[in-house]
Amino acid sequence: MCLTEDQWKRKKTVVIIKNEAIAKDVYEMDLQVGETAKEIEPGQFIHLYCRQGQRLLPRPISICEVDEKKGRLKIVYGIVGSGTKEFASYSPFETIDIIAPLGKGYQWESQEKHSILVGGGLGVPPLLELAKRLPGKVEVYLGFRSQPFLVENFKKYTDFVYIATDDGSHGTKGTVLDVLKNKSECPEKARVYTCGPKPMLQSITQWAVEKGYPIQVSLEERMACGVGACVGCVCKIKDLQTGEWQYQRVCKEGPVFNGKEVIWNEES
Amino acid sequence: MKNLKVNIAGVELKNPVMTASGTFGSGREYGEYMDLNQLGAVVVKGVAITPWKGNPPPRIAETYGGMLNSVGLQNPGVEVFIEQDIPFLRQYDTKIVVNIAGKTIEEYCQVAERLADADVDLLELNISCPNVKEGGVAFGTDPRMVEKVTREVKKHSKQPLIVKLSPNVTDITEMAKAAEVGGADGLSLINTLLGMSIDIHKRRPVLAMGVGGFSGPAIKPVAVRMVYQVKQAVSLPIIGMGGIATGEDAIEFIMAGATAIAVGTAHFHNPRASLEVLEGIQEYMEKYKVQELKKIRGIIK
Repeated sequence: MCLTEDQWKRKKTVVIIKNEAIAKDVYEMDLQVGETAKEIEPGQFIHLYCRQGQRLLPRPISICEVDEKKGRLKIVYGIVGSGTKEFASYSPFETIDIIAPLGKGYQWESQEKHSILVGGGLGVPPLLELAKRLPGKVEVYLGFRSQPFLVENFKKYTDFVYIATDDGSHGTKGTVLDVLKNKSECPEKARVYTCGPKPMLQSITQWAVEKGYPIQVSLEERMACGVGACVGCVCKIKDLQTGEWQYQRVCKEGPVFNGKEVIWNEES
Repeated sequence: MKNLKVNIAGVELKNPVMTASGTFGSGREYGEYMDLNQLGAVVVKGVAITPWKGNPPPRIAETYGGMLNSVGLQNPGVEVFIEQDIPFLRQYDTKIVVNIAGKTIEEYCQVAERLADADVDLLELNISCPNVKEGGVAFGTDPRMVEKVTREVKKHSKQPLIVKLSPNVTDITEMAKAAEVGGADGLSLINTLLGMSIDIHKRRPVLAMGVGGFSGPAIKPVAVRMVYQVKQAVSLPIIGMGGIATGEDAIEFIMAGATAIAVGTAHFHNPRASLEVLEGIQEYMEKYKVQELKKIRGIIK
């Protein structure tokens, strides 16, 4: 049971290959991570550490895409506070400390026939690697406030990419659920995978349950250790058999959960 | 090789480095990042007599050089701990310290009694958690209660009893003396400072509970000062903690009077923090030719 030295997970220093804005306050960063690229499942996240010591806690950012051959990871992050602002100032060939990968990703069957992916804002990136790996037909619905990003990347893996924006500047004006209701052919069987703001996750879950589709949602919560030790980043998860709920760790049991098991009434 | 052994209430630790309760689970998670055999002791997350659900999220807020938490002692209860965590930790050559939590004196006593025949080395009485309404810090801020709960739990415990003190008091030495009178075998300090952080964009506290426990490098001077004061006031062995991230930090606590030290929040910034603290202590001893830690312990008078 005790791990030997070569089996320990580590905080690693990696090289930044690219760090560019792809929309207002949204950045794409490519990292040279070597063999780690082979261990990643879509929906997992990495921890990024700030250089400024007063920012003690690592920032959890979901993995957007993996290039196993080159040993690279792509992450897409928004500038939401001082830590991500610091990351945006980094240049290619500088280094950054990370732990990767963390958490539990999306699950699917090898003979999957039809998948529906729904992303909102900064919840869009983790669906890209999933779209790439899923077999069968993949429909992708992406919602943005105004300026879309990563749309062309998704089009590489599927012909069925639909966009919604709050202001109608791109795609359909309205919510991603509106577009989904209009455009999806709604096969008898499909699996739904989603990531985005909580109200969106909740409404997509409700839709999927009505259709009888299994649904996996990726949750976000303020996090400290990222490895399951501190029990800081919890969400309410109910046991579908007993109806009993408990707080589970987004970093360890998640970030991907069965949408039907999530209790949404917690303040976000 | 320098002598790193320390003795806490009759229990010999191979070195003075422990983990701070609540930051390290029961060792399982960080055991994937480091060799737990190298630690003097693992201090596990608070264990209560029944499972506790804990507080609603958000439970975490980063602050300058530190963080706030309001986990609220979420734990699966003493039975799960005995069944799963003790066998896990016993695979390693390290001492097991169990942090015990309760809402009433009776509950603390029940946990101590349930652990009396369990294979653990020390108990740490948590009367200083700022994140629970009942028990916790309510017992740790009144010297009469500190003495009473210590005395009662002592009656039910077989292992030596460490009392963990809260810094959220006017004079921590009063609490230390009360624990000593109550029969404590040692003291650990400090638990987190009560703090608050406000999200000015949403115009509400960051934490769902409003306030939480402040930890991390930012609190270290407060912790060193309290260890120093308590050392002057009582003769019990002290486990010092609060913002320790390096060997130099640990040496400060030892010079202030700590017998052992604990590393907590630093793990979130560096999963191997406790082992690097140990290496740092050894480097200091080499550099200044300190043969054993008692040569520098409490040298600040």
